Amino acid sequence: MRVALQVTCVNDAMFPDTGKAVVRLLRRLGVDVDFPGAQTCCGQPMVNTGYLDEAVPVVRTFVDAFAGYDAIVTPSGSCAGSARHQHSIVAERSGDPALVAAVAETGPKTYELSEFLVDVLGVTDVGAHFPHRVTYHPTCHSLRMLGVGDRPQRLLEAVRGITLVDLPQANECCGFGGTFALKNADTSVAMGADKARHVRDTGAEVLVAGDNSCLMHIGGMLSRQRAGVRVMHLAEILASTEESAGDPEPDNPLVEEVAQRPSRDQGDEGDFR
Amino acid sequence: MSATFVGMPAFPTAARAALGDTQLRRNMAHATHTIREKRAAVVAEVEDWEDLRLAGAGVKEAALRDLATHLETLEASLTRAGATVHWARDAEEACAIVARITHAHGVDEVVKVKSMATAEIGLNEALEAEGIAAWETDLAELIVQLGDDLPSHILVPAIHRNRAEIREIFRRRMGDVGRAAPGGLTDDPTALAGAAREHLREKFLGAKVAVSGANFAVADSGTLVVVESEGNGRMCLTLPEVLISVVGIEKVVATWSDLDPMLRLLPRSSTGERMNPYTSTWSGVTPGDGPQEVHVVLLDNGRTRALADDVGRQALRCIRCSACLNVCPVYERTGGHAYGSVYPGPIGAILNPLLRGVEDEQTASLPYASSLCGACFEVCPVRIDIPSVLVDQRAAVVDSHRDDRVPKAEAVAMKAAAWAFSDSRRLAWAEKASGLGGRVLRRFGRTTLPGGRAAAGRLPGPGAGWTGARDLPAPPEESFRAWWDRTGGGQSEGGHS
Repeated sequence: MRVALQVTCVNDAMFPDTGKAVVRLLRRLGVDVDFPGAQTCCGQPMVNTGYLDEAVPVVRTFVDAFAGYDAIVTPSGSCAGSARHQHSIVAERSGDPALVAAVAETGPKTYELSEFLVDVLGVTDVGAHFPHRVTYHPTCHSLRMLGVGDRPQRLLEAVRGITLVDLPQANECCGFGGTFALKNADTSVAMGADKARHVRDTGAEVLVAGDNSCLMHIGGMLSRQRAGVRVMHLAEILASTEESAGDPEPDNPLVEEVAQRPSRDQGDEGDFR
Repeated sequence: MSATFVGMPAFPTAARAALGDTQLRRNMAHATHTIREKRAAVVAEVEDWEDLRLAGAGVKEAALRDLATHLETLEASLTRAGATVHWARDAEEACAIVARITHAHGVDEVVKVKSMATAEIGLNEALEAEGIAAWETDLAELIVQLGDDLPSHILVPAIHRNRAEIREIFRRRMGDVGRAAPGGLTDDPTALAGAAREHLREKFLGAKVAVSGANFAVADSGTLVVVESEGNGRMCLTLPEVLISVVGIEKVVATWSDLDPMLRLLPRSSTGERMNPYTSTWSGVTPGDGPQEVHVVLLDNGRTRALADDVGRQALRCIRCSACLNVCPVYERTGGHAYGSVYPGPIGAILNPLLRGVEDEQTASLPYASSLCGACFEVCPVRIDIPSVLVDQRAAVVDSHRDDRVPKAEAVAMKAAAWAFSDSRRLAWAEKASGLGGRVLRRFGRTTLPGGRAAAGRLPGPGAGWTGARDLPAPPEESFRAWWDRTGGGQSEGGHS
């Protein structure tokens, strides 16, 4: 089986560790995953903002990059949903029958990570180790557009050492919504504030989800609140083992910060002391 | 009534004001969660709910597919049954018809059954201008009317009010327009309902003309159906001499048996009840029983426009249950007024642009008033794929600006992104630039995200919309793509930086 990683534009540019975690995880499970270098973005930012014409060349790039693979794995429910449900809209709009045919090929072969692990590889215990208190947020597109159901929870429940706690009002949207986060920033933040409150109520140290864009939003709020909760992509927890660097030995960030300081920020920040 | 949606600002501005109203936030969160849970519980009782949804969607879809024929059948059946049918192209025509009939009977007041169609066309205001007082008899509509307020929900237009506020409205305003609230009125729901009952009883008994809408119009039997919970509708539909019903043309269903799935879907979806308390049906005039003069105003007002939209026409299946409002995380926080229409929430965000077009800025802002979370589609009893229609209406908004002489900044940004995303070499270059930018941002950020990663500082311009309330990770120096190329897919190093 030829398996391609669609890393997503957000992960490529902002969260490369998630992509590396998927590679590590899949290799550990015996999958020789490839990264087609011609890939860029699934086109969802354009589609969901109404720029369908602009999405046409982006979708074309997608189908060209992933043609010929048996499975396309992506660590994003949202981007998988875009490939499976929105590419056909863009292709119809283009009026190009070749593109219509191409998206009909790539769409059904696109799997969100938890779907690929559970449905295609048939595993729920991926041999991970993560000794932390964790709560899981089901992102809207993985929950309602793809219907991944309880696959992520089943994968997390099999992780060694994990304490998995339920998130109250879990199915409610976090308020990210792509360009919604900017176009309706106030409403987006109001939604995010409630999501962050529910996360804090769990007492979890780590919030996990299958979409880094939603996590960037919720995590951004938790960070601003100095809530003491970090966000991690599902792939990064599943890639963690007792030996891996994914869950490093406890270190002291303050010691590291001080160690780095003279070379980097000398004389720059009087407010530190 | 002086309150009006006319001149409402675009959604983001209206929402910003609403989000600051703490009483509204509290009232909305409480009310939507209560009704949401009630609906979920009674829907879970129905084993074949998904089949029922398909049946409901099928009934409405079949009617819409052959709308002209069904409307002609309806007109013939109604006429045969003694009703007079009027056709109204728009709000102005419909209001004029109602005013003309009322004037013809020499009265200056009408009682009203709660009706979205008459709210949509601004009938009360139009009648007021003609010297006719229109009394709302639905409890929530009465609260809105007495409070000189605007409706904020399709089913529960006073959902934004709590009982302390309702008590104040009753105490202060009831006496101005009829029987005053009793002295010592408390905010006990039973006492409030009792005050409304006494106040409304006089209106019912005195009115000669009633105005209603209809939830369904059965073509083959010429039957109109009103579904309500309080009995006020039954009063209005039976006591007055003259009954005028304003009915959107999409309310038609082909046959009496088509009501079967609809009347099972509607109560559970709207009020969370298993069965509807008062379902009134009437076919024209019955001699010696009920109104002896029956008028039906069939209203277009943008519906044929919506029908012509391949993707959006499914919105005409809507049976106004409000389930989509009650589950919408945006609506829950902003309330209904921010949508600037009697149709708020997810269905309003598609229905308004479909009925009116996206030329004005306020309407054009509505399809964007959603995070596309999909909760609305999940609960819709007639399976309207609201998220897909939202995206399609966003495309309509963008397309309406394609010939602008000066493109919007957003359009320029999207074109630039599309250019970069059309070729991976351009994207790799952009990522290299963002990695360099990340270095700068890290220096100014001075914030460490939980877990240890450096944050970017507060961004200027459109980025301020993000960093105003959310920290943002500084872009990493090396993109995934660069890492893959440098390490041969992680083969030449441990794979973790």
